[in-house]
Order: sequence, then C-alpha cells, then structure tokens
Amino acid sequence: MRLLPAAATVVLVILMLASLLIGVAQVDLLAAWRDPYAMLVLMESRLPRTLAVLLTGAALSVAGVVIQSLVRNRFVGPDTSGTAEGAALGLLAITILVPGSPIWLRMIAASASAMVTTALFLAVIRRLPVREVMLVPIAGLVLSGVLGAIVTFVGWQADLMQYVGTWLMTGEFSGVIAGRYELLWIAGLAAALAWFAADRLAILSLGDQVATGLGLSTATVMRLGLTVVAVVTAMVVTTVGMIPFIGLVVPNLVARVMGDNLRASLPVVAVSGALLLLTCDLVARLAVYPFELPVGLILGILGGGIFLWLLHHRPAHG
Amino acid sequence: MITVEGVNHQIGSVRILHDIRTRLPEGRLTALIGPNGAGKSTLMRLIGRLEALQSGRITVAGHDLATTRTGELAKIMAILGQNTAIASRLRVAELVGFGRWPHHKGRPRPQDRDKVSQALEAFALTSLANRFLDEISGGQAQRAHIAMSFAQDTPWLLLDEPLNNLDMAHARGLMTLLSELVRGQGRSVAMVVHEINYAAAWADHVIAMKDGRIMAEGDPDTVLTEAVLSKLYDTPVSVGRHRNRPLVLHHA
Repeated sequence: MRLLPAAATVVLVILMLASLLIGVAQVDLLAAWRDPYAMLVLMESRLPRTLAVLLTGAALSVAGVVIQSLVRNRFVGPDTSGTAEGAALGLLAITILVPGSPIWLRMIAASASAMVTTALFLAVIRRLPVREVMLVPIAGLVLSGVLGAIVTFVGWQADLMQYVGTWLMTGEFSGVIAGRYELLWIAGLAAALAWFAADRLAILSLGDQVATGLGLSTATVMRLGLTVVAVVTAMVVTTVGMIPFIGLVVPNLVARVMGDNLRASLPVVAVSGALLLLTCDLVARLAVYPFELPVGLILGILGGGIFLWLLHHRPAHG
Repeated sequence: MITVEGVNHQIGSVRILHDIRTRLPEGRLTALIGPNGAGKSTLMRLIGRLEALQSGRITVAGHDLATTRTGELAKIMAILGQNTAIASRLRVAELVGFGRWPHHKGRPRPQDRDKVSQALEAFALTSLANRFLDEISGGQAQRAHIAMSFAQDTPWLLLDEPLNNLDMAHARGLMTLLSELVRGQGRSVAMVVHEINYAAAWADHVIAMKDGRIMAEGDPDTVLTEAVLSKLYDTPVSVGRHRNRPLVLHHA
C-alpha cells in the first residue's frame, strides 16, 4: 500500500521515456545533444506532447475529485457536469463577438463561462432529493446534453462547427507542439490549488451539517472548488479538446484504495491520472502505427470498462 | 449558558416553532424531549447554526450566533446532526481527526493527535481506527461521528438523537461518558432524546416540547410526571421510581 505511489511514479517515468522515444520521426534521442534535428523533434514535439498529456491527465483527475466533493457524488466528472460545454460556449461566444481575440481573452471567456454552467449544475442538483444518488449524474448528463445542443446550434449557425468538434468531440494530442500547449500549465496550477484546500474539500464532502459544525465556510470552499474545476476544464478544452472519462474514473479508483482523505490522496490521483492518460496516448500512437487513433477513443473503451467494473464492485456496507 | 429568545421558525407556510424562549443551563446535561414533529431537532439545529435563524436571538456562552464567525463558534460548541449517512470514504481515525480541524486548520499538532486518540479510546473505536466508514456497521459509524464531536473538545456539546443506531450497551456507555463530561469536566451537553428513560436516568434538566412550543422545563422530577408526560404524548403513561430517579412506563 505504502509503496503504491512510489511504484506508480517509477512506471510514470518509464512511460515518459517511452513517450519521448515513440513517434513517426525516426530519431536517435540519445544523440540529441549533437544532432540538431533530433533535438528539434524532442524539444518541439515529443517533450511538449508528453508534458501536455501528463498535465491534462493529472489536472482533469484532480478536477474530477473536486467536482465529486462539491456535489457529494462519485458518478460525475468535469465532462458530465456541463463544465466542458460551458467552456466551449464561452469560446464560441468570444470567437463570434471578438474575432481574432488574443489567447488570454479566450482563456478568460472559456473559464468564466465554464464556471457559470458548473454553478448552474450545482444549483440544479441542490434541489434533488439527497437519497436519489443516481439523479445527480443523470442531471449532469442532461445539462451537458442541453448545453452541448446549444453549442452545436450556435456553432452551426456561425459556421464554426470545425472548432466545436476540436473542443468537445475529439480530444487528442497529435497537434501538440511547443507554443501550443502551455496553457495546460495553468490547468496544472489550478489543480495544485486544490491540494491546498484538500482538507476543506474533504470536510465539505461530509455534508453541510458536518462542515458547518466544524466551522467551515461552505460557500467559500464551493467557490474555490468551482474555480479549480472550471479553469482546469477550460484550459483543456481550449488547448487539446475535452478528454472523456478520466476525471470520473481516476478519482473512483484511487478512493477505492486510499479513501477520501484528500490531503493524502490528491497527489496519488494526479499521478494516476497522468499515468492512465499517458498509457492511453501511447496505445493511441502505436495501435495503427504510423497513424494515430484519438486518445479519447482508447479512453472511452478503457474508461467505460473500468466504470462498469466499478458499478458492479461497490464497497459492501457492513 | 445558551439563551434562546423569541425564536420563530417556519418552513414554507408551516410554523415549526412558536416564540421559543428558554435557557439551557451551563454545566448540566439537558435533554430535549417530545413527540415527533414537536420541533426539538429544529431548535437544536438553530442553536447549532445548522439552520439560519429567521427571527429572535440565540447566544451560546455569551456569543450571539448572528454576529460570531462560524469558525469561532466551532471552538465553543460541537454539534452533531441527525442524518450522518455520508458517501465519503474516510477511515474512522480520519473522520475523528476532522473534529480537531477548527483548532488546527490543517496543521495537526501533537495535542490534536492526543485528543483524537483519546476520543477513539473513549468510544471503543481504537481497533476500528483504520477501517473505512462504509465498511463498518451503522452503530459503529454513529459512534465515530459522536467521537468526532467529542474530539472537537468544546465547552458545549449538542447532539441530535445520538442514541439512534446504538445498542443498549453503547447507548448506556455514551450516556455515562456524557455525564462524566458534565460532572467531571464541567462541560455542558444538550441532546435530543427519543427514548424518554434515558432522559429520566441521566438528564439534569429536561425541556419538553410539543407542537413547536415548550410545554414544560425544569429538573427531571418536575417535568417527568404522569400529568405532564400524558399530555405531552397524548397517551397515558405511568411514572414509577427506580434508584431515586423517575422511570417512565407505557405499558398499562
């Protein structure tokens, strides 16, 4: 048990090296320090891609933990709480209203809009009966569906469907090169912020009663959590497109082993998320080499399988 | 002392509490009794600021609820609500450890760890400390929650029906522990009790509520009488005596 995080980190390092070595361009990376072409491939493509995958996997998994604490339900993720669609809506609006807008403005629009739609999700589920556990993910799916339909409608009208597709449908990393993924560091920072609020989020997920009894200002923690989820998701949507399942599956897997003491488990969640996404990305790169499959496809198959397994192996109540 | 003045409460158009005015004495074990829907839990939740005060004024040990920060109140009173079923997968020791959070805000000191192990010890949870809450019984989880409030180590301890899910031995153990807190350490405890004989056996002060009003209050011998209880529960009861305390019998 104690060795698990260490083992995961070792595997992660090995996979990172593999990720740096695998690609269509045949280059000897060990010779990169004297071969300018190999160096170019490494610094412009392989390293940025590897980092982008790691950051996305880690940040989305942490965002998954955060949204699950906010709604006190394990069966939601940033991809099923209206957050990604909210980010896409914000991007769409800014693209139409301010054509050629600078990247920071798009970033803010996506984050702000994602925050609003996620807050809407929280407001919707507040009114649901607490005992109906499955209503929460269903409400999330419905809200995501409705928002997605609005995005599609607007995108269609404005002839921007191609963008909408890259934001919401096919999250993948083949387009990542240096200069096109750095926003993901902001996602990583936002996820790190969650770690500083780990105790507060863990207490919040014990319910309003307990949280208030312990003197926690629930509204403040809610706002912080909302910011983390929205910013992480918005950065991912803006740079590589939404990646499904990871924010749902990884928190569940880690909680099964480690429980919900977030101060201890959040780093493990981040490493596991990075590990899972990197594995999927490697499979996506190798399955039909030299072509690539979208990583979302691999994750969909793997993540769907894991999720079904989770549903059938709920912990027994004593 | 807890003072409650002019507290009214309604949910939708239903009046739950009517102009409640009472005092909970310091250094005593106070029991709130009454039939279902009397407003006991609502009053307890209002005192514990789990519910927003609609009118009136409540002070706990001189701190006005309306003007004291919730984080400060968490060092003055610990409240355990009724519905403690949670989806969170925490270990027993981690849950009890959160009881110290108002004091250390995320940086546990040695004395916080001591309090946690004392609380685990006091509620016979030491052997369960590393078990997950969703893998132990309802009664054990209930004890873990009470242990968390206990670890909060506040002058006031408010418990809403803490005896739910507890078997006779653990219920008795809890009452012994609470009266030891009151008599030995001078702390104050207020609890909603459904099984009236627990109030009869252990309480120093009883508040009887019906239909959102306080019907009677005082020491057990004055409140737990045949006349008051028969009227309170709308059913005939007889009150005997056992070891110099009232004993309430409902079988005619």
